Amino acid sequence: MKKKLVALLVLAVLAFFPLVVKDNYYRHLMILFLMWVVIGSAWNLIAGYTGQVSFGDAAFFGSGAYAAGLLSTHLQVSAWWGLAIGGFVAVAVGLPFGWICFRMRGAYFALATLALNEVLRHAATIAEGFTGGMVGILIMPSFVSKVPYYYVALALAAFSMLSIHWVVHAKPGYYFVSIREDQDAAESLGIDTHFYKMLSLGIAAFWTGVAGALYMNYMGFIDPEVVFSLHDISIMAILVGIVGGVGTVYGPMVGAFLMVTVQELFRSGFFGLLKYLAIVTGSDALGVLAEAVTGAHVLGFGILVVVVILVLPNGIVGDWPKIRKSVFRMKTAV
Amino acid sequence: MAYFKVEKLVKYFGGLAAVNGVTFEVSQGEIFGLIGPNGSGKTTTFNMISGYHRPTSGRVLYKEREIHNLPTHRICKLGIGRTFQVVKPLGRMSVFDNVIAAAFSRCNAMQEAREKALKAIEFCGLSSVKDVLARSLPIAGRKRLEITRAMATGPDLLLLDETAAGLNPTELLEAIDLIRKIRDSGTTIIIIEHIMHVIMTISDRIHAINFGQTIAEGTPQEVAQNKDVIEAYLGTDYA
Repeated sequence: MKKKLVALLVLAVLAFFPLVVKDNYYRHLMILFLMWVVIGSAWNLIAGYTGQVSFGDAAFFGSGAYAAGLLSTHLQVSAWWGLAIGGFVAVAVGLPFGWICFRMRGAYFALATLALNEVLRHAATIAEGFTGGMVGILIMPSFVSKVPYYYVALALAAFSMLSIHWVVHAKPGYYFVSIREDQDAAESLGIDTHFYKMLSLGIAAFWTGVAGALYMNYMGFIDPEVVFSLHDISIMAILVGIVGGVGTVYGPMVGAFLMVTVQELFRSGFFGLLKYLAIVTGSDALGVLAEAVTGAHVLGFGILVVVVILVLPNGIVGDWPKIRKSVFRMKTAV
Repeated sequence: MAYFKVEKLVKYFGGLAAVNGVTFEVSQGEIFGLIGPNGSGKTTTFNMISGYHRPTSGRVLYKEREIHNLPTHRICKLGIGRTFQVVKPLGRMSVFDNVIAAAFSRCNAMQEAREKALKAIEFCGLSSVKDVLARSLPIAGRKRLEITRAMATGPDLLLLDETAAGLNPTELLEAIDLIRKIRDSGTTIIIIEHIMHVIMTISDRIHAINFGQTIAEGTPQEVAQNKDVIEAYLGTDYA
């Protein structure tokens, strides 16, 4: 009951956000955050709950984005249809792939997703006649304002979390976790492990594809390096999952918020603070540092992951009782 | 016709014959013991019955149906439950959730699965540790969880693989009681066991194998006095 209340409260705050905050920069960040909630939740379903770690979420993200973009450039259909179709295209990419890879155990699935990611990136680059290759796809954005995008992203985030919440608290969820914990035991309990791994992958690929289609519509431009990016999409998805808490429904939301913030902190050189200091003090060293930090967000991710894994191995949501305990103890000490 | 039958079962791992022509029949409602020294092929036989290994040759017949080519989860659905010698608890799930996952093999609704799981937990006497994480159970609890989980899948035939190993004398008696109770509830049992006290007290019939081949079959008394069995366990000096 209390959990439901918190969830509703968060939803209400998010719903009122664009009415209160008029600054487009923060609206943009929030749209990214909501998009990452969708991707992170999807990654968490296949990797966190089912235990089949995907290193290549960009394969599904890019498939969805390209589905939306190609619809628009080739068929002159609104890219918004991509929101529905992009999800299914990602599923169509994911399922045959899973059908083959899930026969093997261990790291093979993870490695194969990495390969799938790269294969699709190269395919999208080489097939210039169809995808535009490195030139990418440019579409006219439907809205000038960010508010409509914000609400679409919010709806997608809410629906993806709801659907995943619903799935993991029913029979499939129990089966996913059983497969993660011990595949042999799962088989002996009458679980068709191959089928349920495919189901999990299907749901995950669908939502990741939808997020990709949203990205196409919102940004108006994609190219293979952006949407099939290994470190900006695939690795980021893993980080969102790990930082927030693997195998928890609300983990990806916390993870997405944190990771988008960290990414932005680095990209903007701590919101221009370093650059400002460099100008004020006239120090060249600080100026160089400001530029270096801007390009070093991947390093920042790495450090964050090391810290999270060392201090909170179950992520922020997974180790919440631990965090609360230590905070509580501090309070009683004072 | 036989309720359950294993016919000339052979399994080669490379050039090694782990099981080499084992044949036995189990009738409904009995406790059938499977014994043999370490590495004699007991667990491999179980793995072939429950579909983890495909037999090199031979057949497994359950209710007159060939099952040795079916995948493991289908065999479970047909009504053959099993436990593992090396216990496989679903560690980061509670005992209750472990059993719920098993109960889902016979239903789809959450409520129904919870009720079935509760029944199985009560039946097997795990109520006191229902909400504990499976990985924090001691060995006796884990062995019992294996049985509970298998029972929650609603088996008609239950394969128990060394469920008494590593238990202290009190726990042993409890395990024997539980196995009898399961049989009395109408489930046929095939049991692998090294502890002679257990196997001799509860089995109706015993089948002994060594080096993958049958050496004796009969009532516990008959098997205990069999020359080949004594030789296999104690060496030629005692035979």
